[in-house]
Amino acid sequence: MLIFEQSHTGRASNAQLPADNDALSSLPADALRTTKPNLPEASEMQVVRHFTRLSQKNFSIDTHFYPLGSCTMKYNPRACNTLASLPEFTGRHPLGPSLHGQGFLKCMYELQGMLKEVTGMQAVSLCPAAGAQGEFAGVAMIKAYHDNRNDTQRCEILVPDAAHGTNPASAVMCGYKVREIPTGKNGDVDIDALKAAVGPQTAGIMLTNPSTLGVFDRKIKEIAGIVHEAGGLLYYDGANLNAILGKVRPGDMGFDVIHMNLHKTFSTPHGGGGPGAGPVGVSKRLKPYMPVPIVGKKDQQYVLLDENDCPQSIGRMSAFAGNAGVLLRAYIYARMLGREGMPRVADFATLNANYLLKRLMAVGYDAAYPERRATHEFILTLKKQAKELGVTAMDVAKRLLDYDFHAPTTYFPLLIPECLLIEPTETEAKETLDGFIDTMAKILVEAEGDAQLLKQAPYTLPVRRLDDVKAVKQLDVVWKKTEVKQ
Amino acid sequence: MPFIPHSEHDISKMLSTIGVTSIDDLFDEIPDNLRCGNLDKIPQGLNEMEVTRLMRERAAQDGLPLCFLGAGAYEHHIPAAVWEITTRGEFYSAYTPYQAEASQGTLQLLYEYQSMMASLMAMDVSNASLYDGASALAEAVLMSVRANKKSKSRKILMPRSINPVYRSVTEAIVKNQAIELIDVSYDSATGQTDLTALQQFAGEDFAALVIPQPNFFGVIENVDALTAWATESKMLSVAVVNPMAMALLKPPGEWADEGVDIVCGEGQPLGVPLASGGPYFGFMCCKQQHVRQMPGRIIGRTTDLDGKEGFTLTLQAREQHIRRSKATSNICTNQGLLVTAATIYMSLLGPEGLKKVALNSHKNTQLLLNRLTEIKGVSAVFKASTFHECVVQVETDAKLLIEQLAKEHHILGGFDLSVDYAELGNALLICATETRTREDIERFATTLEKILDN
Repeated sequence: MLIFEQSHTGRASNAQLPADNDALSSLPADALRTTKPNLPEASEMQVVRHFTRLSQKNFSIDTHFYPLGSCTMKYNPRACNTLASLPEFTGRHPLGPSLHGQGFLKCMYELQGMLKEVTGMQAVSLCPAAGAQGEFAGVAMIKAYHDNRNDTQRCEILVPDAAHGTNPASAVMCGYKVREIPTGKNGDVDIDALKAAVGPQTAGIMLTNPSTLGVFDRKIKEIAGIVHEAGGLLYYDGANLNAILGKVRPGDMGFDVIHMNLHKTFSTPHGGGGPGAGPVGVSKRLKPYMPVPIVGKKDQQYVLLDENDCPQSIGRMSAFAGNAGVLLRAYIYARMLGREGMPRVADFATLNANYLLKRLMAVGYDAAYPERRATHEFILTLKKQAKELGVTAMDVAKRLLDYDFHAPTTYFPLLIPECLLIEPTETEAKETLDGFIDTMAKILVEAEGDAQLLKQAPYTLPVRRLDDVKAVKQLDVVWKKTEVKQ
Repeated sequence: MPFIPHSEHDISKMLSTIGVTSIDDLFDEIPDNLRCGNLDKIPQGLNEMEVTRLMRERAAQDGLPLCFLGAGAYEHHIPAAVWEITTRGEFYSAYTPYQAEASQGTLQLLYEYQSMMASLMAMDVSNASLYDGASALAEAVLMSVRANKKSKSRKILMPRSINPVYRSVTEAIVKNQAIELIDVSYDSATGQTDLTALQQFAGEDFAALVIPQPNFFGVIENVDALTAWATESKMLSVAVVNPMAMALLKPPGEWADEGVDIVCGEGQPLGVPLASGGPYFGFMCCKQQHVRQMPGRIIGRTTDLDGKEGFTLTLQAREQHIRRSKATSNICTNQGLLVTAATIYMSLLGPEGLKKVALNSHKNTQLLLNRLTEIKGVSAVFKASTFHECVVQVETDAKLLIEQLAKEHHILGGFDLSVDYAELGNALLICATETRTREDIERFATTLEKILDN
């Protein structure tokens, strides 16, 4: 039942209403609202119960194994939330003087330093609000760099066909044309195709390494050489940084600019679709163009550096300093991991992924790249099952929900048919992985016995498969008051 | 090992299953010369007790000054239930509801949010959030260029009375697509966008006119006339509003005869703490006819195999994960958790509560203005009515005054307008929401009196 359907005219959460104030209003009558907005009229307890019950209809990391590939659904330590929610942190006005923010700014300054060190970049700006905004900032810096050198013929960004959809979309938002580079048979970028594609029109390439195919591109140095030789720059999509944290640094691979997804690698919550944080790191030549504000130090005081301090900056991405509260959670997590904990993240994320892959292959699933080592994630392809049994990747994903496992990422990357992209993360215990493997084996047996069973799944959730076509054709995105049942 | 559950026994079993002898063997595809050494510049790990002590010390350093500062972020009371429920693990640690059957909680909540927001703005549809108010305006500008079928113009009319940082964020985001922002001046007596100044653009081709309500000075704009002018001039109208103000003021869907085309703004006043500027959330609503040009997630109500009602992501063909380079925006992860808080906030306050918060904020700012302008050397700048912020001129250096108030008296005495609006002289933008008491206002006033007296 919707919250609106529980509404009763005249009911209110009375403890939340401010006291009446008898000062005179000076508002002109024609500026005033005359219609009542359709907000619920409900008691505090009704509201609490309604949203608590809604929460119980969700799968989440706190309740379920959530092997959603490319999203790094690891445990979000509660301390990070508790400490970032201290009243001085949540109560700080973004335009308050740095005098009343030395504690907060020191955390941010140190976070910039730690991210610099672990990525091998020369400088970091924390302000992009999410990965896609980090991508935008990164590509805008590449553009500013070329423009500043009057190298204005560079109108193209290269993007491998396995890339996240955000990559081409970000490049276009920066005014670039996108050229796709195919993937070779072994999962690495097709070097010959890359060589053929680069030229004086190349502004740069956007790469994820390990790629979304779950493999580390071994020829990364060669790729960097080819693109740099042509005058282009290299952009690193940090979505998969969890795989290599403290093991290999994008700066050492030759990247000029990177973004990090702190809601992935640094374990800030995904929140049902955000907030994220997408800080950018740069090499020396892109340093002048970083988005502002950046945390700096002047006369032993931490301050926010702005357009006056960084006159060549590409500018601001949001009104204040980005998703500060997310950055604070990432800082606390990074301090708890410390220098010794960071490479352990990559170690155990990789151990879990390779263990899962090996055992899932043993129970009858096909790996997309069986001859390759898995990184922190890997791809299964159900091409064979689709052809022989008529069971798709989506069917397996939906059936997993019945067994209390969140589904892996389905149908991404697009170039692998019937794929499941599986990322267990380092925070899952062996017995959880074993339970998942047993269930996957059981589902395969079910598929062989009665494919229809899978095609109708799930059966045990609050709803069964939803009619997405109807959702588009009979668009219902806003509840209307006339629907109140009397 | 923090947050890693593996025992030695687990590790050896797993390694032998994989067929390697050490975890390091799993990295054998990475060229040796790329492997990095120890991360010496990163400090050693802390346990929870140690990091708690550290963070409490840092927080104590910052203190909690008395706040009369707004300028885009507002201190409102947030009911305890809002963040108690929002941080339940089922909301906090879930992700984008791609698997609809396992995400009905988040999906239904987002549908309820869209319904509340559309109604508050009196618009047809709402999306499920953008990053913040400023970047939402940038997205609205890009959307208006795509959606205006009557014009091929890439020029946007942007009042100077809009929050200057919104203008600079919009500029940074849209300039690479050759979109140009043209200033429209304000009337120096009223602080409203100057309707006569707008006449100079008559007959020229523009994609859209941006209309703030209230504007950055807190001033209530003549929104009906501005909207009507945009419609007559065949450009779209893009409203930038404070959602709290819309509980009290005429919503954008009712401006002029047909309402505006697109509404966006900062959602922070609806249950989101100040928190140094984020995470907040941007909102966006539009007329039905423009919905396919809207960026961001949209949730739809539909039915399942048994005919039961359910909720799912819809119109995904607009989005980057489907359309890639042809998407309406690159946005993916947005601000779901903040929308969760805002939905619970709006449900707790209801239509009357929200109106009362808005009215009390308005009245407190009136009290503040009346009290401060009793002081010699302080005067009101604009004649037009204001919502919950207003501009005062002081006969002293505004920047130094603000610094002194903060440093010596722990009062955030407003926003210094002299950088962005030099023509206003030593002007301060001040704000008193429903959280300020008469005693708070008196403390600010007497402190200011003493400073200006010396």
